[in-house]
Amino acid sequence: MAAAIFIVKMKDLIAVTMMLGIYGLLSASFFVAMDAVDVAFTEASVGAGISTLLMLVAVTMTARTEHPVRHKPLLALAVVFVTGSLLIYGTLDMPYFGSADAPIHQHVAPRYINDSMQEVGVPNIVTSVLASYRAFDTLGEVVVIFTAGMGVLALLLVVHRREDDEKIDSLNKSMHEKYLVLRIVAKMLIPFIMLFAFYVQFHGDFGPGGGFQAGVIFASAIFLYTMLFGMSTARRVINQSFIQLLAATGVLLYGSVGVVSLLNGKEFLDYSALSADPVSGQHLGILLIELGVGITVASVMVIIFFNFAGHTKSPQNKENKDF
Amino acid sequence: MFLGLFNYWIVIVLMMIGFYIVIAHGNLIKKIVGLSIFQTSVFIFYISIAKVDGGTAPILTEGVEIYSNPLPHVLILTAIVVGIATTALGLALVVRIKDAYGSIEEEEIQKKDNLD
Repeated sequence: MAAAIFIVKMKDLIAVTMMLGIYGLLSASFFVAMDAVDVAFTEASVGAGISTLLMLVAVTMTARTEHPVRHKPLLALAVVFVTGSLLIYGTLDMPYFGSADAPIHQHVAPRYINDSMQEVGVPNIVTSVLASYRAFDTLGEVVVIFTAGMGVLALLLVVHRREDDEKIDSLNKSMHEKYLVLRIVAKMLIPFIMLFAFYVQFHGDFGPGGGFQAGVIFASAIFLYTMLFGMSTARRVINQSFIQLLAATGVLLYGSVGVVSLLNGKEFLDYSALSADPVSGQHLGILLIELGVGITVASVMVIIFFNFAGHTKSPQNKENKDF
Repeated sequence: MFLGLFNYWIVIVLMMIGFYIVIAHGNLIKKIVGLSIFQTSVFIFYISIAKVDGGTAPILTEGVEIYSNPLPHVLILTAIVVGIATTALGLALVVRIKDAYGSIEEEEIQKKDNLD
């Protein structure tokens, strides 16, 4: 909370971004304390990792400091106080923290907790709810992520230029001497990060993890590579149109699992149609759609990052030519 | 009563800090930061309702009877990743606004619009 208050006060946007990262990490620890290990995992990799990075890129591309002018701060404060006190008045009727007889624990949750082992056969209830009971929802979320990636692509699409490459290449060589230790240590770390991402991806049935987290972790390995070796090197390793194809493939893989179960005479995304034994069908279905989620999330994150980082160069070049 | 409702009050304070940033600041990046604070406060709200006293993380193990509610965890897990995707979209818009107007302060943008 203190971090949040600092964010209001500070004018330097880079410092604000750093505080936001700390805030993300703190809220991840809140989530662990409240038993939501899967959520904490996601928040730690997204809130403290990727969002901080994207904000930093955006800040360097725009302006570092904020103008001190605010619109009618007193009025804003008054609005905030009124809303806040109304909300606090509203909480007086809420069930107490941790009480087991709160309405939320009465309806579908007992079924998930008691029956998911027989019906889905996956120890991690969060995974079985995410990928099986509420698979249709999750499909929707994956499509939203895909659409957001396409939106960023539409807004910031960079045309790749050859002559930039050579300039960056020479820059790379000079940097190589300068940050030798940093580069080699990071180079050694990258395979482990990727391995960890795969572990998270395929172990999601049993422990905390799954496609969403694995995708984000995998993308962060690529980010690290891009930051150390420069955009053009990373572009040479990872083809842009290939990664765009991958993003679509993930969504399609997810959807086609649903269609296969439709064709086998069951409902959309009912995995028991995938195999003779319903439980192993569920396993297969969850594995496939988590893979689809992982592929889409990782490639959308990479698309977003590449287009953000690549965008920095083009407007500056244009300005240089104009003046 | 104080301890029982404390979690909601923290959520409300965080939410209002985010809300204040959104309405009182003119800088577009700061507004997005405010939105993401608001968003995280909603996440904390959901997760805190899911907690059951004496329960553990919802991963089935032998010898454990009480689990916290897994449903809000699922909702928030996906919401976080969708949140970062939409935040990225917002930042992309900010970057384009900077390209078009040369500024990311709301008032300067409005001034330029009025001149045209």
